[in-house]
Amino acid sequence: MRWYPISFSIAALVALPLIVLALSWGEIDAEIWAHLWDTQLPRLLGNSLVLVLGVGIGVTLLGTSLAWLTALCEFPGRRWLDWALMLPFAIPAYVLAFVFVGLLDFAGPLQTLLREWFGSGLRLPRVRSTGGVILVLVLVFYPYVYLLARGAFLAQGRGLTEAARVLGLSPWQAFWRVALPMARPAIGAGLALAIMETLADFGAVSVFNFDTFTTAIYKTWYGFYSLSSATQLASLLLLGVFLVVLGERHSRGRVVASSEKPRTAPLYRLRGFKAFAASAWCGLVFACAFAIPLAQLLAWCWQRGRFDLDERYWGLLWHSLGLGATAAALCVAVGLLLAFARRQTPARPVRAAVGLANLGYAVPGSVLAVAIMLAFSWLDNHWVIPLSSALGGAGKPLLLGSLGALLLAYLIRFLAVAEGPLESTLMRIRPSFAEASRSLGVAGPALFARVYLPLLAPGLMSAALLVFVDVLKEMPATLLMRPFGWDTLAVRIFEMTSEGEWARAALPALSLVLAGLLPVVLLIRRSAASAAGRDSTVGRGVQAPA
Amino acid sequence: MSVRKGLLASLALAALAGTAQAADEVVVYSSRIDELIKPVFDAYTKKTGVQVKFITDKEAPLMARIKAEGANTPADLLLTVDAGNLWQAEKMGILQPFDSPTLDANIPPQYRSGTDSWTGLSLRARTIAYSTQRVKPEELSTYEALADKQWEGRLCLRTAKKVYNQSLTATLIETHGEQKTEQILKGWVGNLATDVFSDDTALLQAIAAGQCDVGIVNTYYYGRLHKQKPDLPVKLFWPNQGDRGVHVNLSGIGLTKHAPHPEQAKALVEWMTGPDAQALFASLNQEFPANPKVAPSEEVAAWGSFKADSIPVEVAGKRQAEAIKLMDRAGWN
Repeated sequence: MRWYPISFSIAALVALPLIVLALSWGEIDAEIWAHLWDTQLPRLLGNSLVLVLGVGIGVTLLGTSLAWLTALCEFPGRRWLDWALMLPFAIPAYVLAFVFVGLLDFAGPLQTLLREWFGSGLRLPRVRSTGGVILVLVLVFYPYVYLLARGAFLAQGRGLTEAARVLGLSPWQAFWRVALPMARPAIGAGLALAIMETLADFGAVSVFNFDTFTTAIYKTWYGFYSLSSATQLASLLLLGVFLVVLGERHSRGRVVASSEKPRTAPLYRLRGFKAFAASAWCGLVFACAFAIPLAQLLAWCWQRGRFDLDERYWGLLWHSLGLGATAAALCVAVGLLLAFARRQTPARPVRAAVGLANLGYAVPGSVLAVAIMLAFSWLDNHWVIPLSSALGGAGKPLLLGSLGALLLAYLIRFLAVAEGPLESTLMRIRPSFAEASRSLGVAGPALFARVYLPLLAPGLMSAALLVFVDVLKEMPATLLMRPFGWDTLAVRIFEMTSEGEWARAALPALSLVLAGLLPVVLLIRRSAASAAGRDSTVGRGVQAPA
Repeated sequence: MSVRKGLLASLALAALAGTAQAADEVVVYSSRIDELIKPVFDAYTKKTGVQVKFITDKEAPLMARIKAEGANTPADLLLTVDAGNLWQAEKMGILQPFDSPTLDANIPPQYRSGTDSWTGLSLRARTIAYSTQRVKPEELSTYEALADKQWEGRLCLRTAKKVYNQSLTATLIETHGEQKTEQILKGWVGNLATDVFSDDTALLQAIAAGQCDVGIVNTYYYGRLHKQKPDLPVKLFWPNQGDRGVHVNLSGIGLTKHAPHPEQAKALVEWMTGPDAQALFASLNQEFPANPKVAPSEEVAAWGSFKADSIPVEVAGKRQAEAIKLMDRAGWN
């Protein structure tokens, strides 16, 4: 029973800003809505639709083709491309966007060079266009599909695919009739994540000045100063995100876990032109999505950024790392509580509370930041201050502007990120372990410390790293709620890009990318380990405490 | 005797400072970025010992925060760019008026709020930039003339989502009325060489690279780029010298309604409008000091002098919503 209050109070914390969003409908500014409807919304909805379709098709094609090649084929360079293609995960969308535009636009170094060679009359396709923004988002978000599809292709085992081969299917037929249908749920899950990120993206589309539903939210707030209309638009966007999630859940259907042994040897050895084409395709994607942007960031750092490598930079770095680490610990601890609550008390109310607590990640970050700010200031004004005055305290706001409030905001936003890996790790620990331990007299905290903790360690690690990187990248809540003097790398990127000083944003951006590589490398090592033998970590973990 | 008096006075002061230590600070919410304000605050702290604490963000979230914090806000001052934003803050009821003979003496009335709720600190002109290779300055005259056929496929603009363009449009509406302004904007949009840019720096680089020949930018963006690349083939032109003058906007500061340290805050604002701070504040970002007695930096002075539009900058705020709707109708994204 004690899991009820714990899961309910965590859910209440996350529900607070969502209630704020819902309450915004209390006051409707008809004039603004009429204007939006007449001049803006049809075009913006069209733009958003084109963007979602384009990015959706792009990430599916790119992610699936790359995953199939690296998981099932052998070609020159496959061994390193297999993991290198995951590295773009580390690049935030807004960073790739400003690198892409800065490098490729008319006034950028590449077109300037080409004009020097071929004459000043040279005109290339526009970079800041619908196609350009779709390309950037595809390059940023394809790893979701790649990662999940790759896992699915690898898990299909050798028996099935070899059977298809023996029955006379060509690799192409086997792909369409066996591999693809079996990997469909995984591809769908990756696609849904990519679409959610696309819908919520603000940073990248505003670099391209591509108007979407999200940019309309900001325009309404910053231009018309109608926060209520902006939050109304935001709650509509949230509805769209829910539809994507529901659609994905619905189409996923029953996931058939493969019980086969995963393959270790590649199925198809490509030769000649085919091998060359496979290497070129994978290499091209890697170059565009990671190598070239990284090189451009390094070049900018050398030109401008190195002069900013002063005491202030180390302060920013320190704040980012400190906030990231503390928030990661907090999210992991709370996520663990929720995962245990669901495991120990799988009653409907508890499951609902856990589900609610994971909603924060689905709300676009900037909207959530405002909602959290409003919720916390309401708490300050109506509860904290009267209470502290009554107790003879200073009667000052304690939440807003404190480190604690910022950490709570991160918790609300990123709890779902931590909970995913924790729950899947916890699911793999059989209840019989705990029962056996109890029968041997190990219970309570000792049970947790000696049995669960070692078994959970890998899950804890990846949950913490994922949250850590997300917090580093987080911009709107950090900007709005950081305590005085707590500027971070993301704040610096915001300040520089808002002034159009992209080259000077390169140093903090590069720092973020390098930090973001940590969990990606961990992910790569884990996936290599799981390919070598599943559940071996759990097996090893059990022997240690015994 | 006088020595003893001085000693007593300083002792009393020290005691006062000791008890009022927590109050010896001012809190600023700023939409000007760290490196454009910190040196000014540091200079103030060095001079007076008063600590200045601040956070930076966009103006709308900062204002939403001040409003949400209500009577318990820690913010004394709101420092922001564009009179439109300050006007909004005043309208939201988060600022309070304050009388000050010092301000009256330092800052001309058209750069202050009509109700004394805020004051301008530095000025920036939003003017025409042109390619020295493809445009002769004689071809240029007014903002309005950029809508002429002559500039078809040669004009670059920044996004209409930026408040600077909204304020410029607001002054056009004030001068010409809605209908004529819509025609002008449609002319501009029809003359665009490429999609609108997300910042002025990229726009200036596009002029330099030959993507377009003219554009409308804030002066300091030109100043920054010119400092990096002295051979930039782009120059500034002061339009409308025969009529109302160049559109000028400002960066300004207002006292919050529930400021916890109003006296210290007022002292800081007064100091910021004085000669030392004005020179420092404006030169950090190559802007014009709002105090006419203070000379602009050498770099800024080199652009030449001009007649500035005398429309009160507050118009930017009053007509902001109107301007946005008009820009939307004209297809300026």
